[in-house]
Amino acid sequence: MATRLYVPKDATARSLGADEVAAALAAQLGGAVEIVRTGSRGLFWLEPLVEVETPAGRIGYGPVGAADVAGLAAAGFLAGGDHPLRIGPVHEHPYLKSQQRLTFARVGVVDPASVADYVAHGGYQGLVNALAMAPADIVKAVTDSGLRGRGGAAFPTGIKWKTVLDQPASQKYVTCNADEGDSGTFADRMLMEGDPLSLVEGMTIAGLAVGATQGYIYCRVEYPEAIATLNEAIAAARAAGYLGSNIRGSGKRFELAVRVGAGAYICGEETSMLESLEGRRGEVRVRPPLPAIKGLFGQPTIVNNVISLATVPVILARGAEFYKHYGVGRSLGTVPLQLAGNLKRGGLVERAFGVSLREVLEDYGGGSASGRPLRAVQIGGPLGAFVPASQFDTPLDYESLAAIGAMLGHGGIVAFDDTVDMARMARYAFEFCAIESCGKCTPCRIGSTRGVNVIDDLLAGREPGRQRQLLEELCETMIQGSLCGLGGMAPFPVQSALRHFPEDFAPRARH
Amino acid sequence: MSSVEAHERAAVESAIQRFGHEPGPLLVVLHAVQDAVGYIPPAAIAEIADRLNLSRAEVHGVVTFYHYFRTSPHGRHVVQVCRAEACQARGGAALEAHAKRRLGVDFDETTADGETTLEAVYCLGNCATGPSARIDGRLYSNVTPERFDVLTAPRRPA
Repeated sequence: MATRLYVPKDATARSLGADEVAAALAAQLGGAVEIVRTGSRGLFWLEPLVEVETPAGRIGYGPVGAADVAGLAAAGFLAGGDHPLRIGPVHEHPYLKSQQRLTFARVGVVDPASVADYVAHGGYQGLVNALAMAPADIVKAVTDSGLRGRGGAAFPTGIKWKTVLDQPASQKYVTCNADEGDSGTFADRMLMEGDPLSLVEGMTIAGLAVGATQGYIYCRVEYPEAIATLNEAIAAARAAGYLGSNIRGSGKRFELAVRVGAGAYICGEETSMLESLEGRRGEVRVRPPLPAIKGLFGQPTIVNNVISLATVPVILARGAEFYKHYGVGRSLGTVPLQLAGNLKRGGLVERAFGVSLREVLEDYGGGSASGRPLRAVQIGGPLGAFVPASQFDTPLDYESLAAIGAMLGHGGIVAFDDTVDMARMARYAFEFCAIESCGKCTPCRIGSTRGVNVIDDLLAGREPGRQRQLLEELCETMIQGSLCGLGGMAPFPVQSALRHFPEDFAPRARH
Repeated sequence: MSSVEAHERAAVESAIQRFGHEPGPLLVVLHAVQDAVGYIPPAAIAEIADRLNLSRAEVHGVVTFYHYFRTSPHGRHVVQVCRAEACQARGGAALEAHAKRRLGVDFDETTADGETTLEAVYCLGNCATGPSARIDGRLYSNVTPERFDVLTAPRRPA
């Protein structure tokens, strides 16, 4: 019988040569192996990570290059044989074993487009339960779980759903915001590539909960691998009767389609995303009305992030009590943290809220990739504050981060070593805002460009005291006066850089 | 009518036939046209506007709002270099400077021989193994300046 091998087709794994490894395995081992392409386990320094199914479980080897295949075969890796690249049973690896994977339980484990594999690993149990529940009870389960929006705003998901449920309307929508544009984040991508059916199931449950019959996943064009896998998964779910006009014989209906963005960071803002879905420029809408009341095509609409929606099946399958047992205070459940930038062991770490930043950076991340001391991390994407090394003991939950003037956002953590120039990072924050501003409101459109100019003047030593004051006032104006989070939060990295690293803003020689 | 124009017209026609009936179809149609032609031809803007009952200004506004849509052909190869923070933390700024110097162009420009278009991109979701680049649709990790030269070395005709 052919030995089953698992080789990721996750975009990061492929960028490190996973396709070549899969081809070499097929060419050299032929009928002796059956290769299953999976998502990534999220241990990126070990990618491409090849797993062999043995009686003792799945044994991992990584990072494997195509040139290693002959040596692995000679070492008897198909029986779990010893080799310098052998990491042992994958689920016993300390990086994974200490995690609490609820949302990511199947990522890297299953064939992403196989409904049978999904069901065999506990998938669709949540939907089966939801089909037997009244809509209000589904909403209540999500509310009781304490789930808050994982896209970054952390708004209670159940309250949003209840608002949509309570609207009388002939057509409602469920939209998934998969415009994961924050640098340092890749959880949505990994989930869509590794376990897209959990998102499909979560959206279907959302549709049942609020009475919506059409869903859209708005995925960024920078993620072609995720788009392809999502479309495969949706087709497979439809073929198996989990989507369409009569879901598993229940008489309930839900349709789902993927819509592709076109390279605009602002479309990760929910009202811009709705404009884009309607085929327009992604300019933000003035709120109220909330999308839950007047959203897509003017109808009541759920807008949730990929991770929020993909977590719903766990809640419906195992109960609100089970889920809220994880976490601390008002930050309940687990959060997929993304370790990015200058770290030795970057990847995905799903833990209950409250794990300390230091544990994440040191125990999981292994310190800097460069071997130099870490000087700062930016949490929550380009609009998130920089956190200095002196605050690395902060617990990672919404409230603890807010208390130090930072935010968790979508859970991306970008580490910088001591060569980072914080004035340059502050300048980049404004530059990025200027490039991506939708242009609708003045504080963001003009303020971001002025911010770049003021930092340039400050560093050039042109009346630095005055520029410094101007910079602070500009930040305040953008925060208070912008229509949405882009202009309203772009000053956060700037202010935090000024506060924690003032020495970097001293006038310098031109270069 | 040149064969190029005929190809463009056919692409617009096909996109409208396939997607024109969808709710809010403009982005979907534009994607289909750009997938087929490589860019949004100026003549297509008027045609799409007419067929979708939109003004030319609306279509032009959408095409120019989104970084991904382009109104002129790109080079034979497209090199996207990530400029975002996680790649900066791993040497992205040096890669950016090297790419511009090596190709002799700025972002959104094409080399004089029409060979390579250089583009900036703001996050490819490959943030633990940067600097990242996407070259002719394929994603690469750990793109040092040396590796960049290998990956973009002039391709000889087969």
